Amino acid sequence: MATTVTTDIGQTAKVRPHRSRRRRGGGRPNVLGGLAGWIWLVIVLVPIYWIVITSFKTQANYYAMNPLKPPPSPTLHNYQLVIESDFVQYFVNSVIVTAGSIIPAVLISFMAAFAIVRSSSRFLKSVNGLFLMGLAIPLQATIIPVYLIIIRLKLYDSLLAIILPSIAFAIPLSVLVLSNFIRDVPKELFESMRVDGADEWTTLWLLAFPLTRPALVTVSIYNGLAVWNGFLLPLILTQSPSKRTLPLALWSFQGQYGVNVPAVLASVVLTTLPILILYAIGRRQLLSGLTAGFSK
Amino acid sequence: MTTAVQRASRTPGTSRVGGTGSVTWMALPALVFFIAFGVVPLFGVLGLSFTQWDGIGEIHPAGFDSWQKVLADPGLPHALQVTFLVMFLSWVVQTPASILIGTFLAGQHRYRAVLAVLYFIPLLLSSAAIAVAYKALLDPNFGLGAGLNVGFLSQDWLGRDKLALAAVIFIVSWQFIPFHSLIYQGGVRQIPRTMYEAAEIDGAGRVRKFWSITLPQLKYTIVASSTLMVVGSLTFFDLIFVLTAGGPGDATRVLALEMYKTGFQANLMGPASAIAVILVLVGLALALLLRRIGGGGAADSQLEGA
Repeated sequence: MATTVTTDIGQTAKVRPHRSRRRRGGGRPNVLGGLAGWIWLVIVLVPIYWIVITSFKTQANYYAMNPLKPPPSPTLHNYQLVIESDFVQYFVNSVIVTAGSIIPAVLISFMAAFAIVRSSSRFLKSVNGLFLMGLAIPLQATIIPVYLIIIRLKLYDSLLAIILPSIAFAIPLSVLVLSNFIRDVPKELFESMRVDGADEWTTLWLLAFPLTRPALVTVSIYNGLAVWNGFLLPLILTQSPSKRTLPLALWSFQGQYGVNVPAVLASVVLTTLPILILYAIGRRQLLSGLTAGFSK
Repeated sequence: MTTAVQRASRTPGTSRVGGTGSVTWMALPALVFFIAFGVVPLFGVLGLSFTQWDGIGEIHPAGFDSWQKVLADPGLPHALQVTFLVMFLSWVVQTPASILIGTFLAGQHRYRAVLAVLYFIPLLLSSAAIAVAYKALLDPNFGLGAGLNVGFLSQDWLGRDKLALAAVIFIVSWQFIPFHSLIYQGGVRQIPRTMYEAAEIDGAGRVRKFWSITLPQLKYTIVASSTLMVVGSLTFFDLIFVLTAGGPGDATRVLALEMYKTGFQANLMGPASAIAVILVLVGLALALLLRRIGGGGAADSQLEGA
């Protein structure tokens, strides 16, 4: 689970370097694996480097220069162009959709996970089974009925149209990860809460919520990333430019400025920048978040 | 705090709804949401596959018309073929590379942390962003290959059938190999050290240890990682849609794209729903198959901390 992963990533390196090195074969370096590891790092980084330096080039520079050389005089013109193309609006839309989906999704998933762990009723067992089944449903396959429901609710072309299905699709994994975490809370703590006269609702918020905080952050980050980067729901459920989220805006921006590659790449950098900043701040939790869902 | 207590005192009324104790109601909001936008659409798509609908007007029942149309259309076997090809190739490319890199990452501690940080960057980018960037990067006239004057790289990657498919596989690998490497790294770390020590006493070399200990011990990790790859490959819609829109021609038109084009571009929601049902069935069949290979529930316990 996520805590295990966090500890694993954070501490194993410091705690037992000798043992592990010996484990890998008497100190001899793993040449083949190492080579693959570093080569792949180059493959990963070259396109990213190219995207970043090109976004600072003028269009003339882009056509004339060696693509891997940084521009002699970096220009911010491309970024200016992107920002002037309603980037702020799309950014705000993405923030609204992501926050509006993730906060309710995580809270109701947390409540459901708590109920599933705390009760042994057959009803809640089958609810849990239903959520687990949901993990196997591909989002795209249900998009047509979702579209129909959104039209009938008169929500087509609104941000709420993206938010409602996003909440639903965040639930299965969130409940799975959170219930695994709540299960690890020692029974004695629940018992002592009960002896003190607290009911389940109080126990939920005063005991389980603080103890599950790392998992809550993890689940929020994981789902947040999925919603922030989501493309299909905005594509199908909205229409007007003022309702675009960033991934959709990128796509239409390329359609519009396709020839101006530096500007297109500046838009790629700008849409990714918020996540990269968050990654720099909360790297550890993000790493655990991305692997946690597959741990149990 | 006080609000929590006050609210709690209001709950007995609601708790009777579930009829099974005082916590049942807490699961209801999630349940309602999931049923409304998950379960209902899942059955809805089956229902809609027996109707005729253009996406705007009235919905008319149409019996098996859509199914007949879809099953007779040569587009379906083609889309299935492309879907499985993408699935197979992305698995074949990613799995050996991920195991190799993951094993390396598990052992080399000095650089491992740095590598892990950088490895994760592609996973943070949206598929749309990746596709937009690669579309420019692979441009045969002005892209990276053309600018560097490398003949091999400056081919018309997105303009030829086979090359476009190769480009999709490469970009998918670019995006996900780092992630799977980290999964394998976690798996390798879980292998008991004593097994290697025993093998060393028996005089086993590195290669022998890899084949006789590491690989068999990674069985459940391989199943988990493969499940993610295979089921995940059904959801490459965003990437392919932005990168090639299924083209050139229909060379990269996977099932999900076939569904989108039928439903939202040709306005044939009935047939599109039938394709969606096939998509669900393929996904479920694969998930079950991989679960069987992995020995069912055993996979779950083995994967802790992966």
